[in-house]
Amino acid sequence: MAGAQTHRLDKGGLIDRSASLNFRFDGKTFSGFQGDTLASALIANGVKLVGRSFKYHRPRGILTSGSEEPNALVELRTGARREPNTKATTAELYEGLEAASQNRWPSLRHDVMSVNQLFAPIFVAGFYYKTFMWPAKFWEAIYEPAIRRAAGLGRAAGVADPDHYDKAWAHCDVLIAGSGPAGLAAALAAGRSGARVILCEEDFTLGGRLLSDGGTIDGLPVAEWLSRTLAELAAMPDVRIMTRTTLFGVYDGGTYGAIERVNDHLPSPPEHQVRQRLWRIVARRCVVAAGALERPIVFAGNDTPGVMMASAMRTYIARYAAAPAKRIALFTNNEDGWRTVEAALGAGLQIAAVIDARPDVSAAYRSLASKGGFPVLHGSVSGVEGGKDGVRKIAVSLTGGARAEVEADGLAVSGGWNPAVGLTSYHRGRPKWRDDIAAFVPDGAPPGMVAAGAANGDFGLGACLSQGFAAGAAAAHDAGHNGKAGTAPVADDEAFSLTPLWHVAGKGKAFVDYQHDVTASDIELAQREGFESVEHLKRYTTLGMATDQGKTSNVAGLAIMAAVSGRSIPETGTTIYRPPYVPVAIGAFAGHHRDETFHATRLTPSHHWAAEQGAVFVDTGLWKRAQWYPRAGEKDWLESVTREVKAVRGGVGFCDVSTLGKIDVHGRDAGAFLDRVYINTFSNLAVGKARYGLMLREDGIVYDDGTTSRLAEDHYFLTTTTAKAGLVMQHLEFCRQVLFPELDVQLTSVSDQWAQFSIAGPKTRDLLKEIVDPAEDLSNEGFPFMGAREVALRGGIKARLFRISFSGEMAFEISVPARFGDAMARNLMLAGAPFGVTPYGTEALGVMRVEKGHVAGPELNGTTTAADLGLGKMMSTKKDYIGRVMAGREALVAPDRQVVVGIKPTDKARRLRSGAHIIPKGQIPGPGNDQGYVTSVCFSPTLDQWIGLGLVERGRERIGEVVHAHDPLRGEDYDVELCNPVFYDPDGGRQRG
Amino acid sequence: MRIVCPFCGERELGEFTYLGDAKPVRPVAGASEDEVFDYVYLRDNVAGATSEYWYHGGGCRAWLKVARNTLTHEISSVEPALGAGAARVGA
Ligand SMILES: [Zn+2]
Repeated sequence: MAGAQTHRLDKGGLIDRSASLNFRFDGKTFSGFQGDTLASALIANGVKLVGRSFKYHRPRGILTSGSEEPNALVELRTGARREPNTKATTAELYEGLEAASQNRWPSLRHDVMSVNQLFAPIFVAGFYYKTFMWPAKFWEAIYEPAIRRAAGLGRAAGVADPDHYDKAWAHCDVLIAGSGPAGLAAALAAGRSGARVILCEEDFTLGGRLLSDGGTIDGLPVAEWLSRTLAELAAMPDVRIMTRTTLFGVYDGGTYGAIERVNDHLPSPPEHQVRQRLWRIVARRCVVAAGALERPIVFAGNDTPGVMMASAMRTYIARYAAAPAKRIALFTNNEDGWRTVEAALGAGLQIAAVIDARPDVSAAYRSLASKGGFPVLHGSVSGVEGGKDGVRKIAVSLTGGARAEVEADGLAVSGGWNPAVGLTSYHRGRPKWRDDIAAFVPDGAPPGMVAAGAANGDFGLGACLSQGFAAGAAAAHDAGHNGKAGTAPVADDEAFSLTPLWHVAGKGKAFVDYQHDVTASDIELAQREGFESVEHLKRYTTLGMATDQGKTSNVAGLAIMAAVSGRSIPETGTTIYRPPYVPVAIGAFAGHHRDETFHATRLTPSHHWAAEQGAVFVDTGLWKRAQWYPRAGEKDWLESVTREVKAVRGGVGFCDVSTLGKIDVHGRDAGAFLDRVYINTFSNLAVGKARYGLMLREDGIVYDDGTTSRLAEDHYFLTTTTAKAGLVMQHLEFCRQVLFPELDVQLTSVSDQWAQFSIAGPKTRDLLKEIVDPAEDLSNEGFPFMGAREVALRGGIKARLFRISFSGEMAFEISVPARFGDAMARNLMLAGAPFGVTPYGTEALGVMRVEKGHVAGPELNGTTTAADLGLGKMMSTKKDYIGRVMAGREALVAPDRQVVVGIKPTDKARRLRSGAHIIPKGQIPGPGNDQGYVTSVCFSPTLDQWIGLGLVERGRERIGEVVHAHDPLRGEDYDVELCNPVFYDPDGGRQRG
Repeated sequence: MRIVCPFCGERELGEFTYLGDAKPVRPVAGASEDEVFDYVYLRDNVAGATSEYWYHGGGCRAWLKVARNTLTHEISSVEPALGAGAARVGA
């Protein structure tokens, strides 16, 4: 049973007291209300200790009430949904929520690793750099395992994320970041002007600081103005308001990244819903009304649980009716901190003292102090007494040197406000320093973006409203909308005076970066060691490099560096700001692109038929291709593949080769065009004939190969390899449009339009006669080798028939419109049954091409020339073509190049493996005598042994030489013989027969 | 990043493929090895205004010549790359 909410205020707050929620933290049950965050619920239950720090395992409490939180990181949920480093300050409470603290062992209250504090000297600035210089053996054996256990944040779930993530696009005229006074005013103005507006708010409730700070707008209490404004915006059809959505990045051309936490506030997403959605928003204009972040003051013990940002304390009291402490002290250097005193007094809490670093305090606050019965001490906090149970006593050094002590269980701190300059600085904008607020403000925002209100350094409520309104109206106008915006909401500006104070010297650790445990003395040490540039400081100390990206620490760190190096803060400068503004799960970037939907899948026209046959499929690029067709009783793939090869060589088989790229080339200059992109000539190819072609890159290296047929005087049909289908189309379009615009030629990709089958084997003609209209002459005279023409099939369908052979057998390739591909496969099986037709997959295809010595992907590997492939004679000397000049370079025609050659083990029983290196016989293998490698291998049923192709230095001059195959990867060494790469039917009689 | 294709309108980066500098012009047939070498390999590493080839493979398959500033990524013009790299006789 959950205990009482000891620190819940009796009244107030934007929580639903009728909706009680039970949750567990570190195994203990608590209760909170709908509208709570995990942080506010823990506070309402009097929990102060929520985690241990990264390096020193110091007890840590809740510092802020937003996404800038450096301390209160928890593991949220359990099992596969366990999510480390979740900020308790933004995690919405739900029934049954389970969270656990991080960085502690065995328990949060008794953490043995807190002894790290005793070894603090080894964890100082530059720790990683210095540690890496220790002897390697030490590092691997002792330090790394120990450090990995001791340091680090939460634990990943370790299993696949069961949830779905989505990616979506949105378009608008005006994008607004933030729903505080400036953001809402901007939305009003832009919406009334008629612009399409998207407003993103990372919180689950709209209003920003209005929800915590109160005030009066247009003469109405803030809550009333807020509900009136939200109603007006809701009534505008072109205004879209997205809560739980953080704008995290700005990209070129007005593209923005946003992460919507669609269902993070539930234990698990409802069925068919996503957990998070990554938005890419295209906006003509963007108003950044992301507000400002209150900054801490660095003093000894400033990380004691119970020390909290003053504005956060105000938020917990006013918005969540949860008291972070019952007797509160305030340490401030500015007027704004005092508003927390007002809020606390209003909620009936006690104020122990106000420690104000400024020389003077306004009369109004003086009288507040005397009414509230608490002292105003001019000075600063020099130390905090307390520990894991929170603050007990605060040491104050008074202006003039005297000391004082204040007893309190909570310390609110306000060091001033830093405008959220992230979004405006992501295009390398360097924010500029403003003395009156002692803070950086945006300068040089990306095109189309403007900051308004607190994000622009103007903190007053009145200024936020008027600036936001003006920015919204201007943005709408720039986007072409000139409707009547009406008048801006009006409010008074609060007083804001500040005396900069960054660091109070004192004994004990004073933290700058809470999450990475970077102290003031680390920065001083870095400066002494010469790391004065802010970029070096950041990397040397890891300041600002944790998951919070230094939102609460960077400016204080710069200020301390400025002080110790004797420069001003603007002279010291800022580091470069980079997205994302908040951590974004990789799963959200991946969206649905994971597992089987990682990429699109392309199925061949005969895929479903092949699946019915029990084919085993292989992924080739996006394609699924039938690799082989196992039959009952076959013990492994090799047995199936061997059967398929023998069936083709002895009878007839067919294979779906639709994955080849197919391009129709039309036009009067089609032949001239092909002459310029292939090394050989196509303009002289007779109509009705096919020719093998090879194309180079402009640098002289082989790009792709394939057969091209001339179907008419002005019509060629070109095929590419499967892998290069898209790239060759792109390359040919480049040649056509950019290089040779004078040629009358058009290219059409028809890869998906034709289903193409290879039919091979001595009985091919017998099978084809059953398919093709009997009027078509398929005899050797009527349809000779390398013939190509349109034919009619029985039943009238037109097909393209090509007498080309990859297998070395008598073979045809037949193309039918893709919609007939499935029927064609079934028909081939039926018509071929009397001839024992056998479907074969890509493995058998590969075996037959190696037996025949045809080059393929492993040989066309981006380093080989036409001559390397044994195709040098194809290079025309009578014309210019892509790659011709560069192919003639000295190194590309050198006689000692590695060229394609056949390879077979001298021991016929030996298995040959691709990747094995070729070394001269009798030499010890090494880089100096590496003469090439085995590129393709197969078990040849025809030769009854393993054979292969390889790229070997001067290979063609060394036929018959026995060399050494060295395979260090598999630990194999054996002798192989270099041989003619055409193992099967070298004179080609079979394919011509 | 977004590119305004002269044929398809404003489209998102993912529809396009980048090739590179659009300045080099293919040497005429019979050019020397040195001239072709320069054409194939020599590129300026421009910090500032540059023109480059992009392919609208996810749209109209047009090759485009895009004038872009490499420092700001600002695109000042997009036009069809028709003949942009064609050998210029006498040039
Ligand atoms: Zn286009």
